[in-house]
Parts: sequence; C-alpha cells; structure tokens
Amino acid sequence: MKVILFPTCLVDALFPSVGIATVRILEKLGIQVVFKEEGICCGQLAFNDGFFEEAKEVARKLIDAMDEDLPVVSPSGSCISMIKLHYGELFRGDPYEEKAKNLIRRSYELTDFLVNYIGVSDIGARFEAKVTYHDACHTKGTLNIHREPRELLRHVKGLELVEMENPDLCCGFGGIFSLKMPSLSSLMLDEKMKNIEKTGAQYVTSTDISCLMHIGGGLLKKGSSVKFIHIAEILANG
Amino acid sequence: MVESKLVKLAIEDERTRDSIKSALPHFVEGRKKAFADVDFEEWRERASSIREETLKNLDFYLEELKAKIEECGGKVLFAKDKDEANEIIGGIARRFGAKLIVKSKSMITEEIELNAYLERSGFRVVETDLGEFIIQLARERPSHIIAPAVHKRREDVKELFEKSLNEKGGDSIEELALIARRVLREKFLEADMGITGVNFAVSQTGTIVIVENEGNVRMVTSLPKVHVALMSLEKVLPKFEHLALFLPLLTRSATGQLLTSYINFITGVEEGKKFYLVILDNGRREILRDDKFYEILKCIRCGACINHCPVYRNLGGHAYGWVYPGPMGAVLTPLLLGIERWGHLAYYSTLCNKCYEVCPVKINIPSLLVELRRRLVEVKRAEASPGIIERIMIKIWGGVMRDSEIYRRFVHFFSGILRPMTGRGWIKWIPLFAWTRSRWFPSPRKRMFRDYWRHRK
Repeated sequence: MKVILFPTCLVDALFPSVGIATVRILEKLGIQVVFKEEGICCGQLAFNDGFFEEAKEVARKLIDAMDEDLPVVSPSGSCISMIKLHYGELFRGDPYEEKAKNLIRRSYELTDFLVNYIGVSDIGARFEAKVTYHDACHTKGTLNIHREPRELLRHVKGLELVEMENPDLCCGFGGIFSLKMPSLSSLMLDEKMKNIEKTGAQYVTSTDISCLMHIGGGLLKKGSSVKFIHIAEILANG
Repeated sequence: MVESKLVKLAIEDERTRDSIKSALPHFVEGRKKAFADVDFEEWRERASSIREETLKNLDFYLEELKAKIEECGGKVLFAKDKDEANEIIGGIARRFGAKLIVKSKSMITEEIELNAYLERSGFRVVETDLGEFIIQLARERPSHIIAPAVHKRREDVKELFEKSLNEKGGDSIEELALIARRVLREKFLEADMGITGVNFAVSQTGTIVIVENEGNVRMVTSLPKVHVALMSLEKVLPKFEHLALFLPLLTRSATGQLLTSYINFITGVEEGKKFYLVILDNGRREILRDDKFYEILKCIRCGACINHCPVYRNLGGHAYGWVYPGPMGAVLTPLLLGIERWGHLAYYSTLCNKCYEVCPVKINIPSLLVELRRRLVEVKRAEASPGIIERIMIKIWGGVMRDSEIYRRFVHFFSGILRPMTGRGWIKWIPLFAWTRSRWFPSPRKRMFRDYWRHRK
C-alpha cells in the first residue's frame, strides 16, 4: 500500500519530528510513503480570516500536489477538517470542484487512518510515562475522532493514560484567534494548563501540533514539569 | 482592535468569570442528561427543516397567524422597527390608562429598550422574572438570554435586596426567592397591563406559547386587564403539532428540563380583557433576504450555544456589548446593528464548533462567523475589517505557501535571523502579536521536514 504524507506547514517548518514520526509509523506497517514537496498548506489560516480567494489559491496548489489516486494521511486533524469540511463549498462551481471532491474522499487524519482504514490499534509502541490526551476541537468536533487516539494510546506499552477535566475544552489557540484576541487566548490557555497539571501527567498529547505548540509554549514559559508531545511521536517510539 | 475595552474589563473580572464557570456545568450536564435517551440528531434535523420551510414562507404564516388571532378576539400589529414598536406599546398603555406595567422576561423587549421608553413616558414597569427582577434593580443588562442574572452571586442579590427594597434577611436562596415572590405578588395584583415575549406563535390555531418555571408569566398574562405580547417575526410555527417537537427540544437544550414547570398556551382572549400581539421586524426581513445569513433566524432562543461556548465561558455576556451574547449574539448583533461598528464580534470565536454541535435547529454558526469575516474583508471600511498590514501579511503568506522553494527559503531565512533569540528551539520573546506574553514561540527550523526527506534518499 502507498500513501501520500501531508505533513502540514506547521510540522514541516516548526516540528519536523512529527512528520518523521508519522513516516516511521506508516513504514513500520509496511506502507510506502510518498511526499509531495508542492503540498505545503491547506489554506485554513486565510479561510478562517475571511480571505477566501487567497485561501483558494493555496488550496489549489495542495489539490494539484496531491493529485494522485492515493490516500492522503496527515498528523493534523484541523488541516484534514479544513479539506473535508470546506474544500467542497470553497470550490463549488470552480474548475477544481471535482478534484477537490476527490481529495476530500481520500484524506485521513493519522489516528483515523490507523484505526479505521488500516484497522490496527496496536502498532507495538512503547512509551513509559503518564500521559493525558487533549481533544483538539476540529478533530473531535468536526471529524468525530476521539475514540481512536485513546485506543491507540491504550495499546502503548508502559503508557498510563489519564483523563483531564473537560478534555475537549478549547485550548484557546484557534489560529488567528490567538493573534486577534491574545489576552483571551492566554486566559483560555491558563484553564487548559491547569486541567492538565491537575492530572499529574508527565506529558500532554494530541493529534494537532497547533494546539500543542500553544499549550506547550505556555507550559514552558510557566516552568511546568509537564511536557508536550504529538501522538505520532508516542506511537513511533519503541 | 478586536479586543475591545469591554473584553479587557471582562478578562479582569475574575469574580464574574468564576460565577459563570460554576453555573454553566449545571446547564451543560443537564442538557446532556436530557438528551441521553433521545435521538437528538433526528429531532434537530426535523426541527431544522420545519424552521427552513417556515422562513421560506414567512409572510404566509404571519398572515395566517394574524387572521386566527383576530378571529379569536385578539389584535395583531406589525412594527417595522424599535421606535414603531415602542410607540405602539406605549399607545396601548396610554389608551387603557395603565399606571403600573408588569413584564415577564423577553429578549426582544431588551432589544428595543422598551422599559426605558415606557419609564420615560411616565409608566412604572416591573420585571417579574426573578433574574430580570434582579438585574432591573441592579440597573444592568442581562448577561445571558435564559439566565439573565447568571453572573450574580447570592451575596450580590442579598446586598441588592437590602439596598433597593429595604429587605433584610435574604440569607439563603430560598429566602431571597420568597422576598421576591412577596414583593412581586403585590405588583401583579396592582398592575394594569402585562407585557410578555413569545416562545412560539402557532399560526394554525392563533396560539402563542410561553414557557416558564416561576409562574410569573401566568400572572402577567391573566391578572391585568390588558396583555401585550411582543415577538420577532421569525418566531412563528405553522402547526400546533410542531410544538410536540419544539417544546421538549427547547427546554432540554436550555436548562436540561424535560419540560418547564408551566407552559402557557394562549389562544384568544377572555371576556372583558384585551390581547395584543406586536410583531417586530427591526432588520430581520433584510437578514431573511440574505441566502447565507437567513439561517440565524432559525434560532429558537434556547441558549445552548451560549452555555457551551469557551469564549462566552471566559468573557461573560456583557463583553458582547448588547442584548444577545455568545455565539448567536456574535452573529445576530452585527446583522441587526451593522458590521460597520459591530463586526468585531465575528472574531469572538475559535471556531471550536461546539455551538453547531448543540444547536437544536442546526444553525451552522461557525460558518456564519467565517462569512461575516469574509464580508469584513470585502467591505474594507468597517472598524473591524482587516487593515492594510494584515492584508499585506496574508498576501505574503499566500505567496510563501504556494511555492515550495519560496517556502523553504522563507523558513530557512527566519531560522537564521531568529537564531540569536532561540534557545533549544524556542524563542522566549518576540514582538509578534503579544504571543510571548503567555507562551514561548517555536523557532523555525534550519532542518525542516522536507530537508530530512530530501536527505533520506
């Protein structure tokens, strides 16, 4: 089996280890991974900010780059959600409409791909730590993915999964929200960090590096003992 | 700036925030329990269709409603805007020589600032819903559409009753409620006119329906000799049987109750009494004409979106600046009052989607918020429209994200420039949208994922 990896712009530029971990997981399962250099970004930032034309220009590049009849797998729920939820309406009546619909049909967030498409919950990972899981808003809310990450984590040897209070409470990042309403964003971050620290976990993990960089950056500034790690990096371990 | 003065005040108001955070779980858990053994998706799909069909044929149902109510002895008047509505209601009060008016909770009366108008015109007005009674005494605006005084604590109310009513002894919630009950009972008996809102108006039978838990609506609608009900024009339901779906949907979504303690079905009018229904437009017909924004008129005012919103949770209702808070307010207020001055509310959201998930009539609020943002970009001259710097940055972003070589060079460039500020992959301070006020910033990588991939071969 062959898949196209879509690392996403944030992973590629800021957290390449997440992309590397994703490749390791897929190859461990005997899947051949293809990377398309032109597939950079889903365009969500511009779209959420109301700049639809600019978002479409970037999205067209992604659609072109991924234009091979293979599943597209990404370690990011929010980017896959952008494709699945908004590419349809964004390209309605546009020459790219059919290609967009085609991409929607074969795009998968990583944990969804592993558990539901491949059908595997135990990939032989090992991670000796107490870990709490944050439900990213798009991943749980729009893609309904919340059982899958937990199932994968439960099968990781040595990992103790603890639930925080309100695991699906928004962390306050929200992309441009963090830039337009920085004080409110940091207030929401405070509550999320408090909930995480109350669990006594050593790590917080999620399917989305966008939430994690906001939460993790906050934990670092605070001098917290809790570290952040993307779920792909846990699953690639061992 | 999107973070207005009201937002900053709300962020500093830890006390109100704590009050709201302790009150919200009651609504959230209540709603979850109430829908546990119900096919919520099926219910709301049906409800959404009925609302869509009603809005498509609104004039037909409004005419049917008017005909039926007048057949039963009531009178229906249409008001184009808040001034007209106020004049109509003031006129009715004058005609019947009313001196004391009792009111039950109605967001639409807040919208048109009815109380202020009536008081200016020489009438005494008393709110009889306990929450509204409290905030009337406090001279505040409601901060939630279902629980207007959700931001108030028991101690606040005790102090308020002592100061404004000269009533001491409100040491428990029960005692406070009993004080209010005693004070209000006198008002009900003295009142010449009662004003209410409407939850639903059934056009088939000419019935207006009002839900309540306190019994004050019963009093307001039956004791005084004149009852005036005010409703916005989208509140009509075609058939009486629709109530079997909408009432439990409303009460479960709002407070987690299977049904409220009292439900008033008012058809026609008693001998010797008068009933008026004032139907208000106030900008809604214009919203109806918009093929994207008409959706917000499906709203049945349950407040579920407000209860589940992480932004409302931290800001409270007053930060939204007007009568309608939370997600539905962030959409409705700019549409009614204009995006020129109220467009900033469109950014009061992380697009977490919770509102859409709980909406009993499937209003895609996040999509409407993004559409508002799109209009702000298009319109350019609204206060909250992205300025020239933001537009330039989006253009740069677009150029970078469309070309793999530019993208790679852009990231490598900044990785180099920011290296002096970077410690172990993180930047502790950078003048970028106040990011580092609360978190460290991840440094762009010299060795990106695509570099790793190239060197793999």
